[in-house]
Amino acid sequence: MNNKKGMKKIFEDMKKFSPLLINLTSRDFKVKYRRSVLGVLWSVLNPLFTMLVITQVFGHLLKVSVPNFATYYIVGWSIWNFFSEATSLSMGSILGGASLIKKVYMPKYIFPLEKCLFALINLAFSLIAVIAVMLIQGVYPTWTALLAPLPILYCFVFSVGFGLILSAMTVYFRDIQHLYSVLLTVWMYLTPVIYPVSLIEDNAFMNTVVHLNPLFYYVDYFRNVMMYGVVPSLVDNLVCIGIAVISLVIGGFVFSKAQKKFILHI
Amino acid sequence: MKSENAVELRDIEMHFNMSKEKFDSLKELFLRFVTRRLMFEDFIALNKVSFDIPKGDVFGIVGLNGSGKSTILKIISGILTPTKGKVETDGTIAPLIELGAGFDLDLTARENIYLNGSVLGYSKKFMDEKFDDIVEFSELREFLDTPMKNYSSGMVARIGFAIATITKPDILIVDEILAVGDFKFQEKCEQRINSMINGDTTVIIVSHSIDQIERLCKHCAWLEKGKLKMIGDAKEVCNAYKNQGTN
Ligand SMILES: Nc1ncnc2c1ncn2[C@@H]1O[C@H](COP(=O)(O)OP(=O)(O)OP(=O)(O)O)[C@@H](O)[C@H]1O
Ligand SMILES: [Mg+2]
Repeated sequence: MNNKKGMKKIFEDMKKFSPLLINLTSRDFKVKYRRSVLGVLWSVLNPLFTMLVITQVFGHLLKVSVPNFATYYIVGWSIWNFFSEATSLSMGSILGGASLIKKVYMPKYIFPLEKCLFALINLAFSLIAVIAVMLIQGVYPTWTALLAPLPILYCFVFSVGFGLILSAMTVYFRDIQHLYSVLLTVWMYLTPVIYPVSLIEDNAFMNTVVHLNPLFYYVDYFRNVMMYGVVPSLVDNLVCIGIAVISLVIGGFVFSKAQKKFILHI
Repeated sequence: MKSENAVELRDIEMHFNMSKEKFDSLKELFLRFVTRRLMFEDFIALNKVSFDIPKGDVFGIVGLNGSGKSTILKIISGILTPTKGKVETDGTIAPLIELGAGFDLDLTARENIYLNGSVLGYSKKFMDEKFDDIVEFSELREFLDTPMKNYSSGMVARIGFAIATITKPDILIVDEILAVGDFKFQEKCEQRINSMINGDTTVIIVSHSIDQIERLCKHCAWLEKGKLKMIGDAKEVCNAYKNQGTN
């Protein structure tokens, strides 16, 4: 198949299978929220409880001093959690779609993409908690909060790329699922979610690591528009877009190479 | 590709790299790598298979278990990519490889009908139009809002067949699905397949019921251990297949 035909097929597939994408997402949604009576309410309360514990432990015991720590934490956490959820769910998505993949032709990237969309919906619910905390602490968002969809979009694209790689690798090596949950824990501590960047700035090594961490830029961007009323510069935007595009390109490439043999391994 | 053909297969080979002991983790790969036991066994499920299926034909494939019938159907429907060789098809394909593929048993039948429709690439609007036909055919209206985990396997198969055959595809692929369901449902399925045959649909059937192949098909191919053993008129091929080993 030549390249032109390949591209055309990708676009045709996207159009033809967009209802599938929507249906799979809504299936995940129904399965998650129908089971528990608290349902949607729980996904709002859960981050609030975690936030209470974290602010008590880190704010009072460990004396992390950030103005409006609760807000600082939950705003950063919401983006981090989106990434963490989107990629962990993507990971098992090809294996989870095995029964479909074995019996019908369909574009396989639909599965990780769908998990990222589902995580996006969950993010929307946790934003309710974020806003609640902001209002309680008296951190009122300014007009810059209208820019919030931008960092979310950047982080979404980044997560899709990363999720594509993870989902493809998991087909061949199932045990990376366990490794990844360990990696995520470490990664979270390398992202200024619970502590301010100023805390590690003196440590040259930690400072470099944090600045090499893509998530740092998304979390930072999101806090700037949500709670600090700062409009991120052009450079900030280009960095965020650059990382996202690189992730998507590499992810797309790895995935398209790997997918031909998925069916032999699922 | 010739315009009178619906499917053309040229020198199709399908290899499965089966490692002697299957591995699917990094740990095992690593262990094997250091102990230098990374050996693969090449298994050839299809070996240089070539044939054409003309448009409007009803084409049967027979062969013993493991001879590669399901594999070739998956190659024709685009689910598997052959290791070597060229496959070309003309028109939309509805594969009935396994009924009920893509049902989520936690969801109700109503929800699953839409989900499964989109698996086959149908739009929501289209499914809205066909919803009643599907329910009608499956005769399960009173169970529509029950989660499908409470269904019997025959009930699941009914809905699956009803959805998969809701359009008139150019090529219909049927892999042994007629074996499920009670006799009334089987009759109904055969009727529906017949009505497609009378249209312009090309039908490819795999079945272990030689009677069924003889009854429905015009042409037939016989696969043996991944090789094409015989192809031609359905009656002749079926006779030869039935008489193997007796002489
Ligand atoms: N994913 C796979 N990995 C390894 N081997 C496979 C795979 N799929 C099929 N095979 C092998 O290929 C051969 C042909 O299998 P296939 O399912 O096509 O047989 P079949 O003719 O449909 O048999 P049956 O009549 O039992 O349905 C079998 O030996 C099977 O073990
Ligand atoms: Mg089979």
